[in-house]
This record gives sequence, C-alpha cells and structure tokens, in this order.
Amino acid sequence: MIQTLLQQIINGLVVGSVYAVVALGYTMVYGILGLINFAHGDVLMVGALVAFTAITFFQAAIPGLSPIVYFALGLMVAMPACMAIGYTIERTAYRRLRNAPRLAPLITAIGVSFLLQTLAMIIWGRNYHSFPQLIQTAPIEIVSGVFMTPVQMTTVGLSAAMMVGLVLLVTRTNMGRAMRATAENHRVASLMGVDTNGIIALTFIIGSALAAVAGVMIASNYGVAHYSMGFMPGLKAFTAAVLGGIGNLAGAMVGGIVLGLVEAIGAGYIETWSGGWLNSSYQDIFAFIILGIVLIFRPTGLLGERVADRA
Amino acid sequence: MPHDNPAAPLLQLRDARIAYGQIQAVKGIDLELFSGELVSLIGANGAGKTTTLNAIAGTLQLSGGDLSYAGSPIASMPAHKRLRAGIALVPEGRGIFTRLTVEENLRMGAYTRNDKAEIESDLQRVYEMLPRVKERLPQVAGTLSGGEQQMVAIGRALLSRPKLLLLDEPSMGLAPLIVEKIFEVIQIVIKQGVTVLLVEQNANLALGFSNRAYVMESGKITLSGTGHDLLHDPKVRSAYLGEAA
Ligand SMILES: Nc1ncnc2c1ncn2[C@@H]1O[C@H](COP(=O)(O)OP(=O)(O)OP(=O)(O)O)[C@@H](O)[C@H]1O
Ligand SMILES: [Mg+2]
Repeated sequence: MIQTLLQQIINGLVVGSVYAVVALGYTMVYGILGLINFAHGDVLMVGALVAFTAITFFQAAIPGLSPIVYFALGLMVAMPACMAIGYTIERTAYRRLRNAPRLAPLITAIGVSFLLQTLAMIIWGRNYHSFPQLIQTAPIEIVSGVFMTPVQMTTVGLSAAMMVGLVLLVTRTNMGRAMRATAENHRVASLMGVDTNGIIALTFIIGSALAAVAGVMIASNYGVAHYSMGFMPGLKAFTAAVLGGIGNLAGAMVGGIVLGLVEAIGAGYIETWSGGWLNSSYQDIFAFIILGIVLIFRPTGLLGERVADRA
Repeated sequence: MPHDNPAAPLLQLRDARIAYGQIQAVKGIDLELFSGELVSLIGANGAGKTTTLNAIAGTLQLSGGDLSYAGSPIASMPAHKRLRAGIALVPEGRGIFTRLTVEENLRMGAYTRNDKAEIESDLQRVYEMLPRVKERLPQVAGTLSGGEQQMVAIGRALLSRPKLLLLDEPSMGLAPLIVEKIFEVIQIVIKQGVTVLLVEQNANLALGFSNRAYVMESGKITLSGTGHDLLHDPKVRSAYLGEAA
C-alpha cells in the first residue's frame, strides 16, 4: 500500500522535474515579454529529434563508444540546435510584434508551433522513431518494493542541475540581474546600459536549451520521438507555469513538481476512485482540471502576486 | 569620442522635434550644454520637458532636427549605447526596479563597467553621500519611501560615471529636507565636473543654483538666459514662481 504511494511519488517527481524544466522556459519568456510562447513545446520536440539523428549518426560514424558518450553527444548537438531555433523564433516572429496588440503575438506563437511541427514532419516523417535507450531502463529497487530506473535517476539529476544552474545565473550574476531588471522595466533597463534586445534573445536561448534537455529526457524515458511529441508536455508545462504563478521562476519549478505528483498519484488511484470507470490512461485530465481550477480561483498561481493584468 | 574643443558644446539640440504618433510634443527646439554647466529646464505641466530629456537619453527618437553629443551625431544611437557614451538619465518617477534590492538597483547603474575595484569604491562614495541608502541595501527597493527611492535613483545614475547627468524632477513630491539633500548632491556632482541638465517644478530653487536655464512652453523654448537673469525676469516670476501677474 505505502509502496504503491511511494512508487507513484517517485514517478511523479521524475515527470514533474521535466515539467519544471520546460515550465521555466514559458515563465522566463512571459516574465520578460508578457508573451506565452506556445511554440516552446515544439522546441522540445526538435531537441529530441535532433538528438535522435545525432546519436544515430555518431553510432554509425564512431562505433564502440560507451552509450553514455552517445547520449552526451546527442545533448551537445540538440542544445545548440534548439538555442539557434529559439533565437530565430524571437528574432523573426516575435520581435517585430513587441508593441503590437497582445493577440497578434499569441496567434503568431501558435503559427510558429505549427510551422515547427510541419518542418519536423517534412524532415523526420510522420513515423515514431525508436529513440536509442542509451541509459539503463532496468528498474533498481531503491527501497523494498519501490523502483527507479537509471534513466529516471538521470532525468531527475539533470533537471535538478539545470534548475540550480538557472537559479544561480538569474540571482547571482550581472547578466541575471539585468534579466530581472529588464523583466521589470525595459525602458529603465536600457537607461542602465542594458541591451534589452540582447537580454530578451538570451531568455529565448536559455529557455530553448532547457527544452532541448527536456526533449532528450522525455524521448529517453519513453523510447520514442516524433514530430508531435512536444504538444502534450508543452501544454502540461504551461499548466505547471500557470499553477506556480506565470512569470515566477520558483513558481514554475514548484508548479512542475506539484503537477507531476498530482498526475502520478492520480494515475495510480483513478481506477479505484472512479470504481473502474476510468483507468490510468486518463491521467492527463488532472493537468487540465488543475489548470481550470487555478485560472478560476487563483489566476496568479501558487507563488505569483502580480500578473493578472497581463495574462 | 572627439571632444577637444572646449568651446564646443557637450550636447547640442538643433531644431529638435519629437512626436508621439500624430501629437507633436516638442516643436523644434535649440538647446546647448557646455561641459561642467548646471542648466535647468523649467516650464508648465505638459510643456515637453520630460519628452526632451527622454529624447536626449535615447528612449524616444527625434522626429526631426539634430542631436549631437561630444561632437558626434547621436540621434540614431540606442539608449543603452548613449549610457556607455556617458549620458545618464534619472527618469521622472525615479524608475526604481521595485523587485530588486537597493544594492542590486545601485549595481545596475554600474552594469556596463568592468572595473570591479573602482565600482566598489564608487559604491562607498555613494554610501557616504547618501547614508540612508546604505542602511537599506538588502531591502527590496519597492518598499522604500519616495525620498529614499529618489536617492537610490540618483546614486544608481552616478554609478555609471556619467559625463552628462539628466535629472527629471528629482524633488517631485518630497519633503523640503530631502529636497535640500538632493540639491547638495547635485552640487557635489557638479564639482566633480559632471554636466547636469535639470528639469524642475521648483523653479525658484533650480534657477538659484543654475548657470543657465531654458523656459519651455507647449513644446517650444520661449526664454533662455542665466539662472540669475531668469530668476528676476518678471514673466518668469509671474508664470513659474507663483507671483501675481
Ligand atoms: N506617451 C505619450 N503619448 C502621447 N502623448 C504624450 C506621451 N507622453 C507625453 N505626451 C504629451 O506630450 C506633451 C509633453 O509631455 P511631457 O511629459 O514631456 O511634459 P512635461 O513638461 O514633462 O510635463 P510635467 O511637468 O507634467 O512632467 C504633453 O502634451 C503630453 O500629453
Ligand atoms: Mg515631466
């Protein structure tokens, strides 16, 4: 009984840490531009597919390396590729709409999302690609009756490292201070000598690098990658960002973990609760129930205070 | 930047026009600042003073005319590069980053500098000049009083080591004692060789301190002269110093 709960908590932490990393990308862009970058989930998809191609290439070109090296190489190609895409999206699609009415960039974001999916479909086809399982997927018993796979451990570890790194960057460096200053007031930040366009571009670049890692982690956990795989995690991470209070970094992380836990625990018990009417494949409903409840009762999220005027 | 000729103005606006869409806010003004001067710009609400300062700092663009600084045209230079060139603005309403701490606000002023040791000693100098700021370094700046925020805004601008400091109504809404303190600071800044352009509602005070002054009315400069002359000009006295016309 308690094992089942513990097991669901572990599963929730794994999924939640990925949501948290993706949610950071949404929340950073929202914090600085007041824009919901709906293409963010698709950047994650591109990361996974680029890593898939890179890993396949390196396995053929330099055979015999340790699996972890191929995994690292995949990440090292996927991250800069996504950073370039994030930069290009900001530069070409969003920058000229900086002062346009709010609906214009929102519709553009949805358009960019379709564009990325279509391009990915042209490049990688409509099929599911089986993503190389480079990290062990055999469960290890960590407490009696509670299991965790090495790929899950890697996911949590990498996510935690990215989150710590980002928090340090934002709170401890000049660049991070300039990001916070720009988020609060572009005009005054420029009066301090901050190239605010550069800072905004940087925000997209960092968010996209995080998305690349998340994409590779998701593909590694499920063993598949395909052109529409960004949609659901993107929506979940957006929910997580709203849950935590969009625009708030700590909120995105808390929101991601909470959402992961709710989903995993819900998935574990939904069959019992509904008397067998629903099963664990309905776990996605929890995210949207949460999104609905938050938007109705606490639109500023768990940790947010201001926001409502922008959303 | 070349600025060898001491007789050439540090900053020069020629027939400068500034518009908000269709609305002409500044309708062709000429204004010059020479190195080391304290010049004030006075005028009624809506005259175009803030608009002019913002255009000098680069957060607004000219719609016509020329702007040159240290001998070079800068009308198309973005605001962040003008700061690097030595133009700092303390904006109307102070422009404090309310969610950053006081210390972070001050350090934002030194954002473009790399000389770590010098930044620390400049910070110490700001603390000496504004002891109330020092007591509140770790505090979130949004919780400061208006006067304290104005001190932070001025200290922050000084941390960029400006050659030209633009002050937009630094005494607005503040108690006389704090206004006095702010003018003390302006005196110190002037002594350090910084050129200052001051926009003030408190014309009496501003003119008393200024080398020269411009009077602005609905987007045009209608009078200019030494601070002393304008202080005794009957038109100025009736319009801005509250004397019966
Ligand atoms: N963002 C804006 N959009 C449209 N018009 C504006 C804008 N800002 C200022 N104006 C107009 O431009 C004119 C000049 O305004 P400005 O703020 O420069 O005046 P000011 O001299 O600084 O006044 P005050 O003493 O009240 O600060 C005013 O008529 C004002 O209504
Ligand atoms: Mg004004």
